[in-house]
Amino acid sequence: MATEIQGTKYDVNYITDFSKKRNEPEWFTDIRKKALQLSETLPLPQPEKTRIVDWNFTEFEHDVAGRTLTSASELPEHVSRLVGQDEESGNLLVLQNGQAAYAALSEELKSKGVIFTDIATALREHGDLVKKYYFTEAADYDTDRLTALHAALVNSGIFLYVPKNVEVSVPLQTLFWQENPNAGLISHSIIVADNGSSVTYVENYLSEKAEGRAVANVIAEIYVGDNARVQFGAVDNLSKDVTAYVNRRGYVGRNGQLEWAIGQMNDGNTLSENYTALVGEASVTDTKAVSIGNGSQKQNFTNRIHHFGKHSESDMLIHGVQRQQANAIFNGITKIEHGASKSDGEQTQRVLMLSSDARGDANPILLIDEDDVVAGHAASVGRIDPVQLYYLMSRGISKKEAERLVIHGFLAPVVSQLPIEGVKEQLVEVIEGKVK
Amino acid sequence: MSTPTLKIENLHVAIEGKEIVKGFNLEINGGEIHAVMGPNGTGKSTLASALMGHPKYEITEGTVTFEGQDLLEMEVDERARAGLFLAMQYPSEISGVTNADFLRTAINARREEGDEIPLMKFIKTLDKKMDTLDMGEEFAQRYLNEGFSGGEKKRNEILQLMMLEPKLAILDEIDSGLDIDALKVVAKGVNEMRSPNFGCLIITHYQRMLNYIKPDKVHVMMQGRIVKSGGPELAERLEAEGYDGLKKELGIEDETVNQEA
Ligand SMILES: Nc1ncnc2c1ncn2[C@@H]1O[C@H](COP(=O)(O)OP(=O)(O)OP(=O)(O)O)[C@@H](O)[C@H]1O
Ligand SMILES: [Mg+2]
Repeated sequence: MATEIQGTKYDVNYITDFSKKRNEPEWFTDIRKKALQLSETLPLPQPEKTRIVDWNFTEFEHDVAGRTLTSASELPEHVSRLVGQDEESGNLLVLQNGQAAYAALSEELKSKGVIFTDIATALREHGDLVKKYYFTEAADYDTDRLTALHAALVNSGIFLYVPKNVEVSVPLQTLFWQENPNAGLISHSIIVADNGSSVTYVENYLSEKAEGRAVANVIAEIYVGDNARVQFGAVDNLSKDVTAYVNRRGYVGRNGQLEWAIGQMNDGNTLSENYTALVGEASVTDTKAVSIGNGSQKQNFTNRIHHFGKHSESDMLIHGVQRQQANAIFNGITKIEHGASKSDGEQTQRVLMLSSDARGDANPILLIDEDDVVAGHAASVGRIDPVQLYYLMSRGISKKEAERLVIHGFLAPVVSQLPIEGVKEQLVEVIEGKVK
Repeated sequence: MSTPTLKIENLHVAIEGKEIVKGFNLEINGGEIHAVMGPNGTGKSTLASALMGHPKYEITEGTVTFEGQDLLEMEVDERARAGLFLAMQYPSEISGVTNADFLRTAINARREEGDEIPLMKFIKTLDKKMDTLDMGEEFAQRYLNEGFSGGEKKRNEILQLMMLEPKLAILDEIDSGLDIDALKVVAKGVNEMRSPNFGCLIITHYQRMLNYIKPDKVHVMMQGRIVKSGGPELAERLEAEGYDGLKKELGIEDETVNQEA
């Protein structure tokens, strides 16, 4: 069967102009052009058991106007509440409709050489550094049509660089806030923790609930140097008419540590891949993710850990709730390469379905090419127990409230263990909003 | 005479197509404590579950009114908010939901939005009731019934009873699995609830329980219905002779629900 190839209406002339307008370095424009060509021939990714060929990845407005804020206090209440309350320093980037709207970074961090800025500014001011990390070790743009489209059309993103041995004790946060219901947010985040450094970074994706035809094509590259540590938190909360492709990739050096804390709370169709390459010896990663599917939403989540280094360790804990007619596939892949001896990879995926129309599927996969390792997986998919609901209701609690309690209870083992306090609080609130 | 709190007439209950309760009649008034005794498998828990509205049980015949209202028309949560309570023989475990959150949600379900119980008041009441029941304070923050021992689950059922203050409570084998001290503690909890506005139906196998909670009436259930009623002396007779004497007297050979009378 010939499937129609989804192309983008934005051609090479458009892209060249767009790049010029932003004063991008030549190497960056070259990648855009090459990627555009590739996007015409490369196939879409083929996620296990989810048909994405009719999802909208290409129809959107690419260059939409943003606005500038002089202070974070100008954010509307439902947006500003996402900004972490605990840190007085307020290291914050706000990208509105993809454009830099507000930026704050403490003098202390600046003086230590920390760079935290939107990607357009980073390309102008720190082009060589960005070049070192943009689609190099952690990600490739020639993987499939979506990575190619991303590199061709990237119009948003951030660059965070923490120099050697600098320990950042307060969390840094980016708020991607989409107000235009037809916008394409093609956003690229680069987070670099150089050797011996540490940082906690949180990003939020929020779009206004409005009818439209929008796309989010998000790639994040996280480089964790030798002896470095990154805590990466994300709360994705894009509305129903946004098709989301989210590809987050970590590259971990010797003795490095990467902790993921992710809430996948989009209301629209979502294709997500979370990948960690444990390259260095004794590198460690920990993935914790929760999600809730609503309405007739379709989602596909792949969490993939790739062990290369000896003594590398991974742990994955994924809990997903499927309500109404939602449908989600959870793929957990732990791959241990030959030579990664004494490694340990564990994964647990649990799916709870609230209605008889909801569908959930958990596929645990262990691919092991080394004898001297420990690896394990657990997966379960089940429907809510009517006797549990009966018990709660027999105390006067309505069915809706009872379901809410069971959902919170089901997600609690993951949420309560999230390493970033701000993400935990936000998630509890987003979950509350979703199940009300 | 005022309307009885609970009035059950000719109740028939089936599970998976099999009739278990077969023509059960009983009236309970405020202030009264009734005991239902009977051999294993005679339909006692089925009766209790059907009254609460358990999804697996089907009412095939009969009527039940609760304070004059048709109980069988109500959803499970409506029955509870109307004032019915069932301490279950086998309570569910709910992972990730703390006992305290659960209880507070249950209390607030009875109150208007905006009139939720103040947190401090809730904590104080909870502390006091847990104290009466000799429950360690850690039980407030433990997940609902998860990993509770048999006896701890029973105590937790009575804690819910005391926090929710229903008008009519059915206690299904609240005494089984309890050691003698725990039995006294649980009885103390139930006795604290005694008032003209509180009726109670105690399902038990043992006279011992009834020494601590004195019933007004005792009923014996066999073959899915009440075969004999009397005062507290009936329980003492059963304790002394077992069910054989009664079966002989009534001409019953097979007391289970499998046999027609
Ligand atoms: N799901 C079911 N499917 C088939 N039979 C059932 C089911 N549930 C209960 N029964 C049967 O109904 C009968 C009555 O059970 P019930 O639990 O009401 O007895 P009981 O009087 O409470 O007994 P006990 O004193 O042992 O608690 C038993 O024979 C039991 O096996
Ligand atoms: Mg029973």
